[in-house]
Amino acid sequence: MTIDLNQVDRPNSYIGKTVPRPNARKLVEGRGQYVDDVHLPRTVHVAYLRSPYAHARINGINADAAKAIPGVLRVFTGHDLKDVCTPWVATLDHLKGMKSAPQHALAVDRAMWVGEPVAAVVAESRAVAEDGAAALEVDFEPLPVVADMETALDPETPVLHEELGDNLTFTRTHESGDLADAFASAAHVVEETFHTGRHTGVCLEPRSILADFNRSENQLTLYAATQAPHMIQSSFAKHLDLPEGKVRVICGDVGGSYGIKVHIYPDEMATAAISRVMGRPVKFIADRLESFTADIHARDHRVKARMAVDSNGKITALEIDDLTGIGPYSVYPRTSAIEGNQVVNLCGGPYDLASYKATTTVVMQNKAPMCQYRAVGHPIACAVTEGMVDLAAEALGMDPVELRRRNLVPDDAYPYTAASGMKFEGLSHHASLDKLLETMGYDDLRREQQALRDKGVYRGIGIASFIELTNPSPFMYGIGGARISAQDGATVRMDPDGSLVVLSGVTEQGQGTEGMLAQVVAESVGVPMETVKVITGDTQTTPYGGGTWASRGAGIGGAAAFRAGRALRDNIIQVAAAMLQSTPDALDIIDGAIKDRATGEERMPLAELGRIVYFRGDTLPKDLDREMVATRHYITSDYPFAFTNGIQASLVEVDVETGFVKLLKHWCVEDCGRVINPQLVDEQIRGGIVQGLGGALYEECVYSEEGQLENANMADYLVPMASEMPDMVIGHVETPTQESELGAKGAGEAGTAGAPAAVMNAINDAIRPFGGRVTRMPFTPERVLAVLGKVPDPDGR
Amino acid sequence: MKPAQFAYARAKDLPHALALWAEAGEDAQILAGGQSLIAGLGLRLADTPALIDINHVPDLAGVTESGDRIRIGAMTRHAELARNPLVAEHAPAIAEAAPLIAHPAIQARGTIGGSLAYADPAAEFPACVVALDAELVVQGQGGERRIPAADFFLGLYETALEPFELLTAIEIPKAGRRRQTVQELVRRHGDYAIVGIVLAADVQGDTLGAAKVVYFGVGDAPVVAEGAARALEQGDVSAALKALNDDLDPPGDLTGGPETKRHLARVILQRAINALRAQ
Repeated sequence: MTIDLNQVDRPNSYIGKTVPRPNARKLVEGRGQYVDDVHLPRTVHVAYLRSPYAHARINGINADAAKAIPGVLRVFTGHDLKDVCTPWVATLDHLKGMKSAPQHALAVDRAMWVGEPVAAVVAESRAVAEDGAAALEVDFEPLPVVADMETALDPETPVLHEELGDNLTFTRTHESGDLADAFASAAHVVEETFHTGRHTGVCLEPRSILADFNRSENQLTLYAATQAPHMIQSSFAKHLDLPEGKVRVICGDVGGSYGIKVHIYPDEMATAAISRVMGRPVKFIADRLESFTADIHARDHRVKARMAVDSNGKITALEIDDLTGIGPYSVYPRTSAIEGNQVVNLCGGPYDLASYKATTTVVMQNKAPMCQYRAVGHPIACAVTEGMVDLAAEALGMDPVELRRRNLVPDDAYPYTAASGMKFEGLSHHASLDKLLETMGYDDLRREQQALRDKGVYRGIGIASFIELTNPSPFMYGIGGARISAQDGATVRMDPDGSLVVLSGVTEQGQGTEGMLAQVVAESVGVPMETVKVITGDTQTTPYGGGTWASRGAGIGGAAAFRAGRALRDNIIQVAAAMLQSTPDALDIIDGAIKDRATGEERMPLAELGRIVYFRGDTLPKDLDREMVATRHYITSDYPFAFTNGIQASLVEVDVETGFVKLLKHWCVEDCGRVINPQLVDEQIRGGIVQGLGGALYEECVYSEEGQLENANMADYLVPMASEMPDMVIGHVETPTQESELGAKGAGEAGTAGAPAAVMNAINDAIRPFGGRVTRMPFTPERVLAVLGKVPDPDGR
Repeated sequence: MKPAQFAYARAKDLPHALALWAEAGEDAQILAGGQSLIAGLGLRLADTPALIDINHVPDLAGVTESGDRIRIGAMTRHAELARNPLVAEHAPAIAEAAPLIAHPAIQARGTIGGSLAYADPAAEFPACVVALDAELVVQGQGGERRIPAADFFLGLYETALEPFELLTAIEIPKAGRRRQTVQELVRRHGDYAIVGIVLAADVQGDTLGAAKVVYFGVGDAPVVAEGAARALEQGDVSAALKALNDDLDPPGDLTGGPETKRHLARVILQRAINALRAQ
């Protein structure tokens, strides 16, 4: 029997309701348990000496002074660990021609970016380990630096990995339709070049790992702040030469991840390797300062774009040329080609395009490695696409909303295959647009904008439609050979008192995954949510799964939990029917009790059923199946990805004297399918928008020509703060996926995907009377002033 | 990061603080609010053999009135300065500046004495005390001396304090009929300013009598814009804006190049003038 989730007054109807997250109080009271809260006997602490050079030969490391410091136990160099931990090469088979070089846990003979770990000092405390790291004498011989991605492939540029032949990691071109004809016959052709700034995810909890190798059991236990415990298990086992079954990853509370904590980092691998050597628990908690150069960066792209429109405002062609520099190594095991690949997949995504061509070129350089960060590729593709749509609207003299109306894929056109080749099951661009315009009062805002402009107040409205890739199938990583599960599982167990324990392979990063799972299971079994306990983040106890990334927690982890809950419910009802001399179809479970389906009369509380099953099993028929536990898995199969869609709008005011941009208001209408918990979804959207606004206005890893990161601290690297954030209005359209009974798609990246584009278009709308246009993120006051012609261009254009 | 090891001593009064300092040596540091110092130690950007904590020294905090001046104890917190009625009446620029400094947690701990002694060129208080003709009272082993604010800031994090000299109070002439304003441009509330200005003057019609124009964030110390001030005294705003070309020579930094800083300095002067006239 299925639940009709569209029926609003159903019993235990947690799905679709805002209910408090069970773990929120714990976290607010400071009773969460993060890696740094785990204290094991005999723990030692490690600090890493990191390369101060973007590219340097390591001629020697003198550790005598460091070792002489009381409390310093050992010093490890790249040579000390290279036989304990094998190097990795991050490529995926389905990314044709992709190449990268072997990367070691600690640099061997050569450092390739400022921040690369070069040596490890192990001590009784982190402070003493840092004393030791400061006392290391490293003979660095600086080598030529490849910093600029624009010249990385030039013949005179040094090749970073000689064996690869050049600095190219990956390139791919996708083409469909007749571009040449479209551009030749276009009424207008618009062109522009966009830059999205290199930035990083700044997690409240920095990356953390406590590695405990127990020689007596040949067992490595990793307490890790991670999104993907099973991927960590597999990767660490492989490179430390342990059976996967001998590596256990325990992931307690995590203070935010955003894609930062879903990669294999050399310092974390080194920490485990050191534990293997020393046979002691080794703790590494990255500090805020080193995180800037040791965490992955993302979004450093230059995109040239051309768009053709006919005189009716029909977009006929889009051409994209993307260039991105990813640092000296592709990041393991997801690779650093995915972001560029996503730009190719996602550009033009919301629109009905007859012809499309996109190329990405991914090059190596001596900067911090780039890899997947929240909304991988989306904000880039969205900014380029939406920037071009606004340019085309300007060329046509058409309202940007009207141009979108004429080109967004119609809501009745699904299933639909985009010009990029992406397949969409069901999207709602037009319904979302209508809802957005109504919510924001678009026409009134336009009138107000005009009235204020006459008074010298420059406000702008920016619109950005987007698609979001969620619920990935094995087509994302698995087919490329990576041991990253696209499937996820859940086990639901009923204990004697009628309470439930849920074990899930998806993970809690602070976003409320466990709350979502509790809601889904409470409803699918039929019990009060307070009686459901959710456990995540332990490879030894939870079902095998992929974890949390690409907005898969609810859509895949939730779908598995829903199935497991339904299966357990069926098991319980079967036993109840035997006990009550009834039939399963005459019984139901509501509010934690067996009830008569027809009358609603209570027949037996689950606690009574549990008592009999567990303690008086002798009273039940011998051949009665009494499994009070069920495990189910879920994987998407009809579509490689469950795409969602949405649209955002930004209202800004530009101070044309100072170049300051004030964010006045922000709107988002998105369609993530079935909404399980409206508040959690809204928080995802808001948090995502804030990170998108960070990229648009504030965040940038500023590198010098020598490859030095010049703003690697919280005073100079500007993260968005509450004071500057606008009021946000979030709305939803629900188009559930038909692939799962739950119908949920992802919502984690929608906010980040569209916010930068909306702000860019709003700024350009505001300053349109002056003729300038910003296209290089972040849009700092200086960059805004430069396009207004008031100060020199800081980027030298 | 974790700081390197240092010693800690809590002074019970001023002579005790000076004695502890002498004992610990010149490199020991005075711990006031600790909002820059402790972070610097944690980041290992600063290193010290010892911290001498003056948070429990009596009579270093608070605001009093004496004749035509107010006296602000060096340990007075930013939060107190923002709400103190004597400051609001007699040194309104200080009251206006205090909420601009970082965030409430830092305002609750940070002290004006610490801010001045630290001498960050992008900080608000150093420019305020220069613009308000304050006198800084310092105590050394040889006794007390007074340093005009204009002579106190020598360069980047560098002041006229001699070794083992402790800033104990700031004396500021009462504003009287003079008007004061602080304006700054920051990307996010609480950040160090890209460009900031403190303007104090006796506004009479178009003229700004005895104008004081002091910038922060445009040099390695507070920068007094003399040319602009003289022009404002003549009531000539456009000459004042022009004079900034000679008054200021801002180095570029991560927030903007020299031309951008000059441009913003002109914008902010105009805004400060408007604010002063609107008072």
